[in-house]
Amino acid sequence: MLRSGQPLTGPNRRRCREDEMLLGMVLDEGERGFIIDTRSAQAAKQARMTGGGTEPKSSYPQWRRLHRPLERGRPLQESFIKLVEACNDTSINMDRWLSRLESCRWLSHVKAALSTACLAAQCMDREEASVLVHGTDGTDTTLLVTALAQLILDSSCRTLVGFQGLLEREWIEAGHPFHLRCARSAYSHARMKQEAPLFLLFLDCVWQLSRQFPFSLEFSECLLLALFDNAYASAYGTFLCNNEKERCLCKVKENTHSLWAWLNQPGEKKKYLNPLYSHNALVIWPSVEPQSIQLWQGLFFRWIRSSQYLDEAWEEIQRLVEGN
Amino acid sequence: VENVRLLDRLSSRKAALGTLYLTATHVIFVENDSETRKETWVLHSQISSIEKQATTATGCPLLIRCKNFQVIQLVIPQERDCHDVYISLIRLARPVKYEELYCFSFNPKLDKEEREQGWKLVDLNEEYNRMGIPNNYWQISDVNRDYGVCDSYPTEVYVPKSATAHIIVGSSKFRSRRRFPALSYYHKDNNASICRSSQPLSGFSARCLEDEQMLQAIRKANPGSDFIYVVDTRPKLNAMANRAAGKGYENEDNYSNIKFQFIGIENIHVMRNSLQKMLEVCELKSPSMSDFLWGLENSGWLKHIKAIMDAGIFIAKAVAEEGVSVLVHCSDGWDRTAQVCSVASILLDPYYRTMKGFMVLIEKDWVSFGHKFNHRYGNLDGDPKEISPVIDQFIECVWQLMEQFPCAFEFNERFLIHIQHHIYSCQFGNFLCNSQKERRELKIQERTYSLWAHLWKNRADYLNPLYRSNHSQTQGTLHPQMAPCNFLYKFWSGMYNRFEKGLHPRQSVTDYLMAVKEETQQLEEELEVLGERLANLQKSQLNDNKVQSKQQDRSKQLGLSTSNNSLANTPQDYSNDLKSFPSRSPSQGDEEDSALILTQDNLKSSDPDLSANSDQESGVEDLSCRSPSGGGCLPSEDSGKDSDEAVFLAV
Repeated sequence: MLRSGQPLTGPNRRRCREDEMLLGMVLDEGERGFIIDTRSAQAAKQARMTGGGTEPKSSYPQWRRLHRPLERGRPLQESFIKLVEACNDTSINMDRWLSRLESCRWLSHVKAALSTACLAAQCMDREEASVLVHGTDGTDTTLLVTALAQLILDSSCRTLVGFQGLLEREWIEAGHPFHLRCARSAYSHARMKQEAPLFLLFLDCVWQLSRQFPFSLEFSECLLLALFDNAYASAYGTFLCNNEKERCLCKVKENTHSLWAWLNQPGEKKKYLNPLYSHNALVIWPSVEPQSIQLWQGLFFRWIRSSQYLDEAWEEIQRLVEGN
Repeated sequence: VENVRLLDRLSSRKAALGTLYLTATHVIFVENDSETRKETWVLHSQISSIEKQATTATGCPLLIRCKNFQVIQLVIPQERDCHDVYISLIRLARPVKYEELYCFSFNPKLDKEEREQGWKLVDLNEEYNRMGIPNNYWQISDVNRDYGVCDSYPTEVYVPKSATAHIIVGSSKFRSRRRFPALSYYHKDNNASICRSSQPLSGFSARCLEDEQMLQAIRKANPGSDFIYVVDTRPKLNAMANRAAGKGYENEDNYSNIKFQFIGIENIHVMRNSLQKMLEVCELKSPSMSDFLWGLENSGWLKHIKAIMDAGIFIAKAVAEEGVSVLVHCSDGWDRTAQVCSVASILLDPYYRTMKGFMVLIEKDWVSFGHKFNHRYGNLDGDPKEISPVIDQFIECVWQLMEQFPCAFEFNERFLIHIQHHIYSCQFGNFLCNSQKERRELKIQERTYSLWAHLWKNRADYLNPLYRSNHSQTQGTLHPQMAPCNFLYKFWSGMYNRFEKGLHPRQSVTDYLMAVKEETQQLEEELEVLGERLANLQKSQLNDNKVQSKQQDRSKQLGLSTSNNSLANTPQDYSNDLKSFPSRSPSQGDEEDSALILTQDNLKSSDPDLSANSDQESGVEDLSCRSPSGGGCLPSEDSGKDSDEAVFLAV
């Protein structure tokens, strides 16, 4: 699986031999690859006007292009804001709740992200084909897809350590601009700039996986909530800046502590482990039917409803498993 | 009929070819695949509707919809055969006499005494005793011993001490269907009670002294409060409309010391339509999130569930927190009244959250109080307007509570699903007819078997591993969160998509934890045995001790052998060789449901569906054509006739 930014084809249909060679080298003679473009076909076409574009079939003959539009940027942030508003609105009657939920479109975005990740995974696992994922810059929806696909395919990403590694590789080192994306969360009234909750969307998708495969992830919902918190506001330097270059310039490693160091301490770690975990080497294929995708109550209703009874249930589970 | 295809709803690629059989009691489809020969059994009583669809090139499609939400799509090659099957099923699914029902031929191979014992498992007299009755305030009355006062009530009813036979009879004449106020639940902590009845025949101005006295009697039976609530579970408009027909509701002016309250729950017709709409959403092919949420909201189903729950919560609060008795009624007092009294009881009394207690609750508030099982669930062919998912809604309320309070119930989701299944299956005699009177006339207990005994026998399958009788959630009253709480009501895919395996988590936490619990218990027993053995060996010299293990299999697995004495002193290493599969003994003809049994160590399941996959993967589906907006495949720019997109196979 590869990821990149969009090819800079531009309005004059520029070509780049090196790029074509690079992609050509990935595939063997006669082999086929898939390009998953996270923009709609139309949006990708329009991108040419501003210097971007898509890989023309003629120049990349072994690669088949698929478009799976995923929401990003301002619309995604608005979706998030609307959802949080809806969750906080105590005046909604039951007979309008679901349509209100639907109008936020958040769950549709979760479904789309999971579907696209499954598609990428299917290409690799079933079709045994290589996959290139890109959107516009390769820093947002691209990473959402590649990270989720790896969770689906690779059991080593589902361990606590493996998951941290996945985050480091596919989000932090890959240059997801945390500083810009997580500058403000859902309550802010300030004028939005480049905020967008891609990382939260990723965490939500991971939560959906954990619900559908309760034994397959070594980490618990607690970890996902901690990651959400720290992406937006943190005592640690892990999610600072927008890319490795900036982190180097700011000397993040010299001046701050790592979140992973904290989480992995024996005393802390226990909170983040899933008592039901059992190594599952198989690929985990989630259902993306609407019935299978649920609102992440643990996050969106975290401060609104008591989690006491659910926490007690987890304690009970812990007790049963440890007693064994 | 041969060469019939059974289609899979989610993927037409998974059609199975086989033979269709019709017997007196079931429709059976047997797959041709010589390896699995998988069978799909459907009881005729479960069939809700049969639809013959337009003939296509591949054959004649026949769609069978079941009351337990299974949907079977068959394709029969010859139109003539299809028509024959269709006509036969129509007749078979609409029995005219009780004797046609499966319960009269079902034979679990028990003797007469076992059958009787089965029926005695749930004893309502014992239940009222458990509540603390009879006592100073409540007594049993035999005024209805020959069903002379009310033919839909049981022979034994519990009434306030000060309610004489004269008052009861007088009140019954002023109540719809003569269903006078009677006790449903008594809260011994504070003497508050829940009573139930039907609507008074008050019209615009009629009064009845005895009925007013009856309500007084209920009030007096609770010295801790000087008034009672009268809760009418209908929408105000409907109740008012009833006045024009000479019925209606209690006027606070006429009945002293009552506080009257409407809690609008819609009627059986609205609920029937609501379910219908929800099932249509479930039948959508590849719905988008939008389609699903809009469809679900449009059906109103969760709104109705919440209304029932809210009513139950109101009553439970009145009883537990205010210490005030409540009289509940709707129109006839056998639908919404039953739902609401049952929900309130579950919230109030932890006993009803145990397996036995739940059976008792259904027996009390539904069976004995004359809920019209035959009319509502169509045991026999009848008026389609009487059909309504009343008890289904109650069962769902319980499930919603289980989701909010995972440690509070002794039983699990499967218990609820199987009960719902059997309400429609007519495999057991508990839910036949419309009243206790009718059941006794048909001698149900002598001619059929009790579901409760069957469930009780298999109770290991129905336990909730998180239940502990000394847990905080199992003490006292449950307090579900009030507003905001809309989000707490979830779509119950375990029930309404029960047979669509691809939708459910492939790993059952309940089954795994039950296995863990069992294993822990067995290990502890082994530890005890070995401890004793050690003690014995320390006393005497090494000699041939047979290791007494409760299960032969286990001692082999644990490597404990009777012949190798030199190892007797060394602790054995018993780790993960132990695979314990909870036994599942589905009753004859039970459909496989989606709760799969998986151990920690391997994901091979007992479900033949899964073993057909070569690599045991889960939930694979055809993803290629699912675009986020719910439309078809999006062509890529130069795909042209790109057919590769559609190639991603579901297995």
